[in-house]
Amino acid sequence: MRDKAVVLVKEAVSELNEELDYDSLRDVNDQTPLFGGESGIDSLSLVMLVTTLESAIFDELGCTVSLADEKAMSMRNSPYRSVGALAEFIAEKLGEV
Amino acid sequence: MPEVMIITGTRKGIGRYLAEYYTGKGYSVVGCSRSEMDKEIAGYEHHCLDVADEQAVQQMVNEVRKKYGRIDVLLNNAGIASMNHILLTPLATVRKIFETNVFGTFLFAREVAKVMCRQKYGRIVNFATVAAPLKLEGEAAYAASKAAVDNFTKVMAKEVASFNITVNALGPTPVATDLIKGVSDDKMDDLIRTQAIKRLGTFKDIVNVTDFFISKDSDFITGQTLFLGGIS
Ligand SMILES: NC(=O)c1ccc[n+]([C@@H]2O[C@H](COP(=O)([O-])OP(=O)(O)OC[C@H]3O[C@@H](n4cnc5c(N)ncnc54)[C@H](OP(=O)(O)O)[C@@H]3O)[C@@H](O)[C@H]2O)c1
Repeated sequence: MRDKAVVLVKEAVSELNEELDYDSLRDVNDQTPLFGGESGIDSLSLVMLVTTLESAIFDELGCTVSLADEKAMSMRNSPYRSVGALAEFIAEKLGEV
Repeated sequence: MPEVMIITGTRKGIGRYLAEYYTGKGYSVVGCSRSEMDKEIAGYEHHCLDVADEQAVQQMVNEVRKKYGRIDVLLNNAGIASMNHILLTPLATVRKIFETNVFGTFLFAREVAKVMCRQKYGRIVNFATVAAPLKLEGEAAYAASKAAVDNFTKVMAKEVASFNITVNALGPTPVATDLIKGVSDDKMDDLIRTQAIKRLGTFKDIVNVTDFFISKDSDFITGQTLFLGGIS
């Protein structure tokens, strides 16, 4: 499931970056920072990324998940801190469904 | 392409009228309530769900997005009321009112705005009430829940403005539906006397305001709660 989640996150990031055009998101790997820190995306872009992902998960896997998280704003534990962390978080959520 | 609209609480009352009115105006309308509709409306699709059921709301909004490709308008109409003295009000009643009026409004607004923010367009109208500004005795739980809707509307308006989504609320005076059928005539007369314009509200008064809020030209109108009948 984690591999599938990584693919979904990478696809969503590329789709989003066509519009947002962040240099840091041109070449995406597990370690690519997303939200928080200096190289990351802003909160409105994060909103777009999360909603794009939720829709993609419904369209491709047929399940509804909410990727909302209380820890979103915490640097150390935020599930949105990097591509890998977000994929991990999605895999966990899908495990619960 | 017809515009796509979600209306909550469509089985009867104001929501039912909204579904008939907006399908009549050519919108593709998808609505919901806990029970089935008793009669079909052309151009209308019904979902049976409780607006406070997060999974069900997510499922419905995702299905609408997938089927219609976009969602232009959300009318967050589903709501319940209860009239009672605070000292005689069971917690379960307060919980049910908040679940429907506040959590339901929140869930639909959140899920639909996720679709709207990606299409960079949307109109959300929530349902408040004059019971909140009038601080009506006997309606503490209901008025408090709608005061929450009012404030939620104003904060959300700011958070989604950059996506070209407007969020406003309409506060009707009493309108003859099942919602107010338990209120005595005396109480109703007293209430109507506090209005600048002393009459019951009508369904037409409601769509006059929703038409305005959802108009493409109303792109500079957001975070507003408009009360009918001269209440403020
Ligand atoms: N009528 C008034 O005087 C008045 C005044 C001010 C504000 N309002 C507001 O206007 C809105 C509509 O009121 P109304 O007068 O049309 O009320 P109504 O005649 O009682 O209708 C309420 C509608 O909401 C649905 N509903 C209730 N709880 C629900 C839930 N948990 N999940 C999904 N659907 C639910 C009901 O269908 P089901 O029973 O099948 O679920 C019904 O279709 C409400 O928000 C109300 O607070 C009304």
